[in-house]
Amino acid sequence: MKYLLTHTDRVLDLFLEHLSMTALSLCISLLLAIPIGIAITKYKRLYVPVTGLFGILYTIPSLALFALLIPVTGLGPETAIIGLIAYSQMILVRNVAAAIRGIDPLIIEAAKGMGMSKAQIVFRIEIPLAVPVVVAGIRVAAVSIISIATVAAWINAGGLGTLIFEGLYRTHTDKIVAGTIAIAVLAIGTDLLFRAIERLLSPNMS
Amino acid sequence: MLQDLQAYFATNASVFFTNAVQHVVLSLTSIVLAMLICVPLGVFISRKARIADAVINAVNVCRVVPSLAVLALAMPLLGVGFLPALLALTVLACPPILINTYTAFKEMDPLIREAAKGMGMSPMQTIVQVEFPLALPVIVAGVRTASVEIIASASLAVLIGGGGLGNYIMNGIAMFNVTFLMLGAVPIALLAIVSEVGFSLLLKRVTMYTS
Repeated sequence: MKYLLTHTDRVLDLFLEHLSMTALSLCISLLLAIPIGIAITKYKRLYVPVTGLFGILYTIPSLALFALLIPVTGLGPETAIIGLIAYSQMILVRNVAAAIRGIDPLIIEAAKGMGMSKAQIVFRIEIPLAVPVVVAGIRVAAVSIISIATVAAWINAGGLGTLIFEGLYRTHTDKIVAGTIAIAVLAIGTDLLFRAIERLLSPNMS
Repeated sequence: MLQDLQAYFATNASVFFTNAVQHVVLSLTSIVLAMLICVPLGVFISRKARIADAVINAVNVCRVVPSLAVLALAMPLLGVGFLPALLALTVLACPPILINTYTAFKEMDPLIREAAKGMGMSPMQTIVQVEFPLALPVIVAGVRTASVEIIASASLAVLIGGGGLGNYIMNGIAMFNVTFLMLGAVPIALLAIVSEVGFSLLLKRVTMYTS
């Protein structure tokens, strides 16, 4: 605990580094996952091969995936970000697909019956119904890549894992504890934030 | 690179196998230990509604701690070597197994328990002969999740002297040696995929009763 109080600046810097690395990965990942998710619900034949491929990627341990990427992309944050994007794809793509599939076709029928145009159905019915489910996926993906990003410190990507590796090599328990607490705070905070967003965006169905 | 791999195997094949065996032993032993602890514990807390919520919530909060941190914290507490790594991995393997066992027993139709009671079964017989087979698919799913996580975390065991294939990756990164990176990454990835496929086959076999 002492390290956390005496070196608050350093912990804060690494915290922000960790946050920006995961946030950037998540944003890129989302930009990829939304069109992929829409595509695999539209062309159902693609669903099994695409989710299968991401499933295999997700199974590969993070350290091994980073190691496989290093010969191509080298050491540094780029490799870490590519790895984190690969991991979050599985969660996000499945959630986007589930969100679209989960919309009751009768609601769409009802909207058509009320005379809504195609654009109105997309913007006023489909998106509001799908967004909370997608946000739930973003929450799960965010929390898991915050944890995976810890290992990224070993490939020179920085972040809070740096404190844990330094602590391990110099048998500096305080550093390990400080890093662990900071990561837990970041993960729990992210979880709570996205839960709040989910509640805000959930349409009132009563 | 293939030549480098060949050259490495020509002289160091036994080192590679020692590392690979250690990786498998670490993962398997910690999974088995976690099952021995968490399956009975899960059954127990499923009967104690009052403590169950507290335990499950606590476990869920602890899951936020990355595996690297759990292994790192094991060092000051337990020292370095195979045993501390094994214990840390066991701790990491517990949450999915505990939560799945608890859920499976908790969500069981109470009428099934009633029927077993009506047939004159003792509570222990009900658990072993009726509830356990029904809960098995969910428990196996928990063990599957735990196994993939543990094979991944075992790559970090080398940091606290636990050995395993992570050795090659850590050294490969430190020396920027692609041969070493592949020697670690490819077998670890294969282990994880084999475990995932194996458990999905097992899951199909143990799912005998579907409603």
